[in-house]
Amino acid sequence: MTTYRLEIRVTPRPGILDPQGKAIHHALHSLGWSDVDDVRVGKAIHLELEADSEEAARAEATAMCEKLLANPVTENFEIDRVETGTTEAG
Amino acid sequence: MRVAVVTFPGSNCDYDLYQAVKQVGGNPEFRWHRDRDLDGIDAVMLSGGFSYGDYLRAGAIARFSPIMEDVVSFAASGGPVVGICNGFQILCEAGLLPGALIRNESLRFQSEDCRMRVERTDTPFTSAYSPGQVIRVPLAHAEGNYRADEETLAHLEGENLVLFRYVDAHGEATSDSNPNGSTANIAGIVNESGNVMGMMPHPERAMEALLGSEDGVPLFESLVASLAAGAGAGR
Repeated sequence: MTTYRLEIRVTPRPGILDPQGKAIHHALHSLGWSDVDDVRVGKAIHLELEADSEEAARAEATAMCEKLLANPVTENFEIDRVETGTTEAG
Repeated sequence: MRVAVVTFPGSNCDYDLYQAVKQVGGNPEFRWHRDRDLDGIDAVMLSGGFSYGDYLRAGAIARFSPIMEDVVSFAASGGPVVGICNGFQILCEAGLLPGALIRNESLRFQSEDCRMRVERTDTPFTSAYSPGQVIRVPLAHAEGNYRADEETLAHLEGENLVLFRYVDAHGEATSDSNPNGSTANIAGIVNESGNVMGMMPHPERAMEALLGSEDGVPLFESLVASLAAGAGAGR
């Protein structure tokens, strides 16, 4: 078994209103960044899990996203980065 | 009529619901989210609050509480299930109702009275209202902005599944009367079989004229009357 570190990105689906993104967009404009066209806010979830292979780790994380971590009605998810961690002794 | 009021860690409207059921002659019973006993229960109510601190998404973790498995089968067998505020969010997360509730358009926690139009009176939750009646009920939430994909919305409207809509004093669904930006001013919906209902505003906080409004009373009267009628019919 290897330890894998995964970063899961959950973002509002295109077309779904993102009130936080809108508020930040306004704030950036009022601070002078008038070239910003759009802002979307999501969340990053960092997971550490034991699996036999990267493929298995990804499959497990996908199942977690579908069941709990993302709401398919309003959110998309991406498994963004997979790193092999060091398994702690013991 | 035995009505189970479910308490999750972080629920805070369970006592109000209990009291509201009692006020109209029902027999409320508390159920902790780990209690899995719905035997002989006639209706289930999921109360408002902040189950599991609203972590991840409002209702996302509560939907996996042990009792939810029983609530899902209770609903599947035709038993009436009501979710108010956080309870509505939990019902959506559990897939018992379509769509999702996202952050209010204002980005603020809205705590105020709202007006709602009763869109249907042929349900066990609204039979004591008159068609198109405009009622005044408090609301208090940060994630009450109802969203669903276009197909689902068309289905809700086509099948007449929108039960309550935010309106102004004249009964018109305007954007000014919409407290959270919800699609089509949706405040509450019912499932296709008509036995699962979710709404964001709090009828259980509108039970006494002295406290501002008693427009919530008919909702609880409707439920208890429908249960009594069901029992009479030998359900």
